[in-house]
Amino acid sequence: MNVTGVLAQNDIPAPHIEYGDVAPLLVVFGVAVLGVLVEAFVGRGWRYRVQVPLAFLGLVAAFGWTIALAARERPPHLVAAEGALGVDGPTLFLWGTIAVLALVSLLLIAERDQSHFTAQASALPGSEAEQETMAAGFVQTEVYPLMMFAVGGMMMFPASNDLLTMFVALEVLSLPLYLLCGLARRRRLLSQEAAVKYFLLGAFSSAFFLYGAALLYGFAGSVRLSDIATAISRNTGDETLLLAGVALLSVGLLFKLGAVPFHMWKPDVYQGAPTPITALMASCTLVSAFGAMLRVFYVALENLRWDWRPAIWAVAILTMVVGAVIAITQTDVKRMLAYSSIAHAGFLLTGLVATTTAGLSGTLFYLAAYGFTTIGAFAVITMVRDAGGEAAHLSRWAGLGKRSPLVAGTFAFFLLAFAGIPLTSGFTGKFAVFSAAVEGGATPLVVVGVLASAVAAFFYVRVIVVMFFSDPEPDGPAVVVAPTTVAAVALGLAATVVLGVLPQPVLDLAGQAAGQLFVR
Amino acid sequence: MDDFPWLSLLIALPAVGALALALLPKGSDALAKRLALAISLVVAALTVVLAFRFEVGGPRFQFAEKYWWIKQFGVHWGLGVDGLALAMIVLSAILVPLVLLASWNAADRYGGAGEPPASAGDGTPARTRSAKAYFALILALEAMMIGVFAATDVFLFYVFFEAMLIPVYFIIGYYGGPQRSYAAVKFLLYSLFGGLLMLVAVIGLYVLSARPPAQGGLGEGTFMVDQLARLDLDPTTAKWLFLGFFIAFAIKAPLVPFHTWLPDAAGQAPAGALVLIVGVLDKVGTYGMLRFCLELFPGAAKWATPVVLTLAVIGIVYGAILAIGQIDLKRLIAYTSISHFGFIALGIFAMTSQGQAGAMLYMVNHGFATGALFLVAGFMIVRRGSARIDAYGGVQKVAPLLAGAFLISGLASLSLPGLAPFVSELLVLVGTFSQYQVAAVVATTGLVLSAIYILWAYQRTMNGPTADAVKGMPDLSRREVAVVAPILAIIVALGFYPRPVLDMVNPTVKQTMSRVQTQDPAPTVAEKGARP
Repeated sequence: MNVTGVLAQNDIPAPHIEYGDVAPLLVVFGVAVLGVLVEAFVGRGWRYRVQVPLAFLGLVAAFGWTIALAARERPPHLVAAEGALGVDGPTLFLWGTIAVLALVSLLLIAERDQSHFTAQASALPGSEAEQETMAAGFVQTEVYPLMMFAVGGMMMFPASNDLLTMFVALEVLSLPLYLLCGLARRRRLLSQEAAVKYFLLGAFSSAFFLYGAALLYGFAGSVRLSDIATAISRNTGDETLLLAGVALLSVGLLFKLGAVPFHMWKPDVYQGAPTPITALMASCTLVSAFGAMLRVFYVALENLRWDWRPAIWAVAILTMVVGAVIAITQTDVKRMLAYSSIAHAGFLLTGLVATTTAGLSGTLFYLAAYGFTTIGAFAVITMVRDAGGEAAHLSRWAGLGKRSPLVAGTFAFFLLAFAGIPLTSGFTGKFAVFSAAVEGGATPLVVVGVLASAVAAFFYVRVIVVMFFSDPEPDGPAVVVAPTTVAAVALGLAATVVLGVLPQPVLDLAGQAAGQLFVR
Repeated sequence: MDDFPWLSLLIALPAVGALALALLPKGSDALAKRLALAISLVVAALTVVLAFRFEVGGPRFQFAEKYWWIKQFGVHWGLGVDGLALAMIVLSAILVPLVLLASWNAADRYGGAGEPPASAGDGTPARTRSAKAYFALILALEAMMIGVFAATDVFLFYVFFEAMLIPVYFIIGYYGGPQRSYAAVKFLLYSLFGGLLMLVAVIGLYVLSARPPAQGGLGEGTFMVDQLARLDLDPTTAKWLFLGFFIAFAIKAPLVPFHTWLPDAAGQAPAGALVLIVGVLDKVGTYGMLRFCLELFPGAAKWATPVVLTLAVIGIVYGAILAIGQIDLKRLIAYTSISHFGFIALGIFAMTSQGQAGAMLYMVNHGFATGALFLVAGFMIVRRGSARIDAYGGVQKVAPLLAGAFLISGLASLSLPGLAPFVSELLVLVGTFSQYQVAAVVATTGLVLSAIYILWAYQRTMNGPTADAVKGMPDLSRREVAVVAPILAIIVALGFYPRPVLDMVNPTVKQTMSRVQTQDPAPTVAEKGARP
């Protein structure tokens, strides 16, 4: 479009928005805005009671609308909102996944009796003001609109059809998360440290992303993914700009994913953030970031495969190996799961390397399967508590299997799913991406992945050893049973079992979504 | 032959039973034990019925079932048994009720299951462990054992192969001796490592089968063994895939460089569970070599034969020598098994009909003979509270039945003529000798060594003056007699009349032999070098 021409006419045409097709996104953002209004106008006592159902309904509506879109005779496959968003099979699958995972995370966040969030974030840790707000029973209900903004950003990120929209989505999803990370009720200094670290490193990576986008604009003369793809296939522009741009852009995306060597933030942030937020980040953010990564690499950079593949190979190998090996030395359950999440990002990258439809559908399935298991695992972590809050140190979990066999058994099952034992969703997902990668000619990568899985199995199994084969401590942590948390655990468990034993329906969905390919 | 899904039923019964046991309320151990025993007896009866209905000389895979499971991956719920698989299933189904009965009073006691009493000295009451969970785990294991032998789909086989590790891991880790968590983790990691290498090979097979027929594929990705056997693999690929499978099975079996997990697991696991771990589970390794390594990659198997035979012979001698030096009864039996697994691998890779028939027969016989040995050792350990050989002495004077049972199973283990393992060992040696004289000769020394380790162990525990600690040792109870008597009867019966088992496995022997023979000879180094 000729921008100067439009300005000269002094008559800006209203953009054409396909409201029906992008409605899930609009609903989530709408609810987020409503949530802000609620904060402003509803009395303190009522806020929680209004915010939670509002967020809940918003997510359900977004999910329902996504289903309705996908169930149409001709599911949408178009570039919507003036080229800003691509609504296609993978987008719908990712929207649905993010909405459901966010719903399950919301169950954790909304836990009221044993709130995970500080009463007043601005009160200094350990100060009188903090004690007062605690005593007054304040509840930080800003959490809900913040979360909805983040979820909206997450849904927008993998749907973005141009790099600028993608950058905006990246910021919309990141900024609320920075805040949410700092809101832990216990160990507040650790939480605030996590928030600052995440913010600083996240800002860095955003700068990388933006710089990369600028360079790519310099190369292709457009920020639209499809235009970049055309420019690459015509081989016209300056190759230095292109390669530097791709490299910087990838850094930004890999950072959000937590791939090595851009993973430094993950353990600290996962450990410091309130556990429900960690669950949200470990599931939804990963899904979203990977979705965006898939779109960029499948749509814009498809013809550049031979250039980026070696680099992604290297990153995938590093990510799997470093994630798995460093996890062995961890003694904090949340940190261990953070490194585990890094290793899983590596496994996912093998699906990206495949660059086939099978790879795409395998990755989509893996994301959904992993998301549920992760939320379930973090939900269990919130249940195991002692006087100082969650009993995060591994040694405190000793003998949990004797005291609460059900909780320990569930956690063990999640760990086995992470380790990729058959009859769990983890195995199906791993099989899907690994078989796609072998098909795509990346057998050595799969061998490394398999060896990394064996290493990873060691630390998952170690937790089981601690829980089941060690004797309980006399003053060990108690298991706090809160109804919504239990619901989250149950959903995670059900999904992990079903996707492991009868994965066919979801595999079909992922297959259809992938078969539709990305819109250009 | 009717279409009733017998094999699915055989898998479902113990699986559902395990779940039901797990759901029973706390404190219902007595009910749980009875329920578990009843289910395992029904399963055993059903398998015996199947064995009689099995048509020798009928179609290769009988009682076959094939349904889609995960269509997207081309995975079937494919079950079916040939003679070998059915023999292994019968073996498992007979051993499980005996193991349950043998663990009746021992599973819930620390010390009972092979660990010195935890309360020794400090006066606290002995802690107990849930017997219910133990019985449930054994039933779960049974379901997976039957599944792994009945699977005719490689993916399904893999699923059972890996899933099986979890119950065993918990049995060792929860009910084992003082070093149990180390042993359990070692067991799991070894097996998992092998299994994951196999996963790559399984994926590789699938991807190759999905290629169009012009490129040696089948045009459609599949995991069914009979279809995969038609794949036209190029020799290099076949070797890699063979290795993926073989290492997994060599760890499982275990062959010598991969064996170190077994003595540790055996030293710590409760004796009852060891019957299943060594008697059945490890056979999955040798079973897999026959079913997958030889049938799917005959060329590569021939290529690997010299190495495998060497490892097998080393295992026979090395395992036997180490067995002689053991001071722990369960570790001793574990090392004897490493020696015996050497014989089985020798028979398989000698690639003669006699050798293979002997190996298959050995897989059954070893299950019974070693099972009996572990069961009797378990009874001794429960009584004395120690697995150390020097804790015993002169037992035969106070407990003649116990000593007798130990002697018979020990003699079976050293292949005394007239007892079952003799026939199989002889067949293996004869079959090997016709092809590889040196290997057979060296392997024969294993026979001599086996006489030393068994008889010396017997002498130290059963003969001589009765040790003080053994004086009040009761003889076998009626329950315990009911456990050992059937196994000893089977050992004697198969020793004189091995025909039924041999008849059952012979078609399998023919099948593997024809697969191995009809293939081109293994490619030479020059050919390999010429490949791009």
